Amino acid sequence: MAGLAAAFGSGAMTNTIGDIAEADVFLATGTNTTENHPVLSSFVKRAVKFNNAKLIVVDPRRIKLTEHAEMFLRPNLGTDVAWINSLMHVIIKEDLYDKKFVDTRTNGFEELKKIVEKFTPDFVESITGILSEDIIAAAKMYAGAEKGCILYCMGITQHTTGTDNVKSLANLAMLCGNLGIRGGGVNPLRGQNNVQGACDMSGLPNVFTGYQPVTNKDFLKKHEEKWGVTGMSDQPGLTVTAMVPKAHDGEIKAIYIIGENPLVSDPDLNHAEECLSRLDLLVVQDIFLTETAKMADVVFPSVCFAEKDGTFSNTERRVQRIRKAVEPPGEAKDDWWITCEIAKRMGYDMTYENAEEIFKEISELTPSYGGINYPRIEHEGIHWPCPDENHPGTPILHIGQFPIGKGNFHAIDYIPPAEKTDDEYPLYLTTGRVIYHYHTGTMTRKTAGLNERSPESFVEISSDDAAAYNLEDGTIVNIASRRGRIKARVAVSEKAVNGTVFIPFHFAEAAANKLTNAALDPVSSIPEYKVCAVKVES
Amino acid sequence: MSDSSSITINGNKFSFDSGETLLDVAVRNHIDIPTLCHLKGATPTGACRVCVVEVEGAKSLVESCATPASNDMIIQTESPKVIASRKMTLQLLLSSGNHNCAIRGSDSGDWTDFQIRVQQEDGSTDLCPAWGDCRLQDLAYRYQVSGDHYPGDEDLSPMERVNPFIIRDFSRCILCGKCVAACNEIQVNEAIDFGYRGASTKIITAGDRPLKDSDCVFCGECIQVCPVAALVEKDARYDARPWDLKKVKTTCTYCGVGCQILLHVKDNRVIKVTGVEDAEPNFGSLCVKGRFGFHFIHSPERLTSPLIKENGEFREASWEEAIGLVAEKLTHIRDSSGPDSIGVLTSARISNEENYIAQKFTRAVLKTNNIDHCARL
Repeated sequence: MAGLAAAFGSGAMTNTIGDIAEADVFLATGTNTTENHPVLSSFVKRAVKFNNAKLIVVDPRRIKLTEHAEMFLRPNLGTDVAWINSLMHVIIKEDLYDKKFVDTRTNGFEELKKIVEKFTPDFVESITGILSEDIIAAAKMYAGAEKGCILYCMGITQHTTGTDNVKSLANLAMLCGNLGIRGGGVNPLRGQNNVQGACDMSGLPNVFTGYQPVTNKDFLKKHEEKWGVTGMSDQPGLTVTAMVPKAHDGEIKAIYIIGENPLVSDPDLNHAEECLSRLDLLVVQDIFLTETAKMADVVFPSVCFAEKDGTFSNTERRVQRIRKAVEPPGEAKDDWWITCEIAKRMGYDMTYENAEEIFKEISELTPSYGGINYPRIEHEGIHWPCPDENHPGTPILHIGQFPIGKGNFHAIDYIPPAEKTDDEYPLYLTTGRVIYHYHTGTMTRKTAGLNERSPESFVEISSDDAAAYNLEDGTIVNIASRRGRIKARVAVSEKAVNGTVFIPFHFAEAAANKLTNAALDPVSSIPEYKVCAVKVES
Repeated sequence: MSDSSSITINGNKFSFDSGETLLDVAVRNHIDIPTLCHLKGATPTGACRVCVVEVEGAKSLVESCATPASNDMIIQTESPKVIASRKMTLQLLLSSGNHNCAIRGSDSGDWTDFQIRVQQEDGSTDLCPAWGDCRLQDLAYRYQVSGDHYPGDEDLSPMERVNPFIIRDFSRCILCGKCVAACNEIQVNEAIDFGYRGASTKIITAGDRPLKDSDCVFCGECIQVCPVAALVEKDARYDARPWDLKKVKTTCTYCGVGCQILLHVKDNRVIKVTGVEDAEPNFGSLCVKGRFGFHFIHSPERLTSPLIKENGEFREASWEEAIGLVAEKLTHIRDSSGPDSIGVLTSARISNEENYIAQKFTRAVLKTNNIDHCARL
């Protein structure tokens, strides 16, 4: 989200899901939408089928969405900045950009123009493998849109250049004036139900709720006063990708993990496991004894979404209610209750009657949530920012101006992915999900029907590569990277492009993240899950 | 068209907008015109002929779902002619398949040979799985008709049970086409369509293969729109009648779309999940995970007690003991190694309130900003 925040001043989906129906051109990249956001993908498919909207899919894999696309561009892994810059090269060269928007609402156009100059379609064809005429056609199609909608997901962000990729998409949208309008925007699709909420609620090391920096003395003071404490830290803390390695060095001695399973989701798992084993104290709070919980010193049983009241904030910044439907099993308790009880035993009184009372405190401390309360979202959720109780919420961001005034273009050069293939590891690996499972599989793998549809891990490979490496469809093979090895079943598929294999990361027993590279984006600290070098052997 | 465009329905005048159908105007004004095939957001098909109305001056009855409103139309929605037509339509639909609700001939108090045969075919001692939650049954009651008037169809296609989620019971399909519209126009998965012709007409996948071998991705939108028992959740079939269920509206726990769902609860267990039809962002649509992936809630593998590890093995502990132990150790580590030697990982899976409490605890009690979650992962 750092990329969008730098460009626009706010790192969230700029438009709404319903809004998508109004776009006339979609640029979908790094999002396997029909499998990861199936309901949202229907909005795109309907617009294409019934409103004559045009869809450009840019993805290494021939995903299902390409069946609905007017254009399918297939870049080499990790070359996103190059093709996005080339689209802008064409748009500027052919004078197709929105001059009024660029003049009145942005900074940094000259620098952008200068950097994209060298990204000619021919030059970029040599980097990305996308034909130069396709780059030109896609550029004209997107620039020709009245309402151009960019959709992206982890295929863009999970790279060492993830922040650069996002900034590049923001550049492209601003260049064509596609912000602050219905049906337009730059729309990151959030993969987990409450990623947006976890960020909004400052499950982040550098900000308080609503993205108020911890380094700002006024915000710090406001929170100390409200919470009745002194001596809070004004230094940004550690990200998850820094925290876990520091456990290895002994700098971090205790970790309290709530509802996460880093021992399946973290990159370079073998190392992560070693790190956590060195802690003096590991506390895990979850609904299942996950791979991570098994390593804990103390495990707290918590309740699942059907057993509690509260709110989630979805990918379009809409704050929505969750409601208790059933009683939890055994002695499982609300996560907030558990944390509050620990606080009390540590001498700080945190007592709340229910989730609504907590939400009231959130509204008081968080300007963008200031006008939201439970009665207002009883029937339908409200989009933040919603500063006061008479405010209707903000479905579309950046109408008229950005929160930072003018939007910032960023002149970005292309940097190749961190890991290259070589003679020993000749194939690229990219990871992702399948429609029948979710994240580390702890929930979906409890439904027999979902397991029947998708029982085990697989390595998706092109028929050419399967032939080249003597791999037979349906057989179990070894996949190894410089960091680890797993076994999975060969799935020869038209989805795969030559030179790149795909493995889903849901399956702990064949954890794709034993292979992945922990190299991080320097700004966002997101690991490069989407590119690493592997070998596949029968 | 002038602002004063209006039509008269059952003696009352109503204005309409250009492009609105007679059914649209009626629904907007809370006038009940029954229909079995109309699907909001999809092209009207006029397939079921239940929504017919009488238009003054027209030679025959018209389908209100497919007839645009035009100025000065005078409409009767429940005239004798309309009622007679609906009765015949419903009688034909009831006799076309295994509609073994009590509607179909139970005067003697015993179940008929027909009902017993249907039960045998279905392998159940109950009446139809949609009993009490069936639009056809509702209308049969409303218009007091049964399926006895016409001979039943023979040679009904056998039930499809070979996928994990959806039972396709062709013997109860009334060919209203709502599932086809849902699949092609709402979800755009394009897995099913009308197949064959005439009396052999059937809803099929490409090549009439089972759903599991087709383009179907088991979103279940077809089940949600099916007005009868032709498409039913495999898991919940015969599990509960609607009056046994408490419905709780909440937000799906999977991806970030935030679909609004109804959890159908019986005896403290979630029996099935449906989409909330009148609310953003999903308007009733769900995906396979949201609709069918709820079994983790009642999994026997759920954690039910705090656990403390001793000599490499977990043992159950009381909340008192487990919380006391963690509080004591965290206090010791904070005070001896400094606040920044502790980290907290919160979650994109838990609520806003819980995330708020986690960061408040981290910053106000542990006195560090070492808190993050897996958005990066």
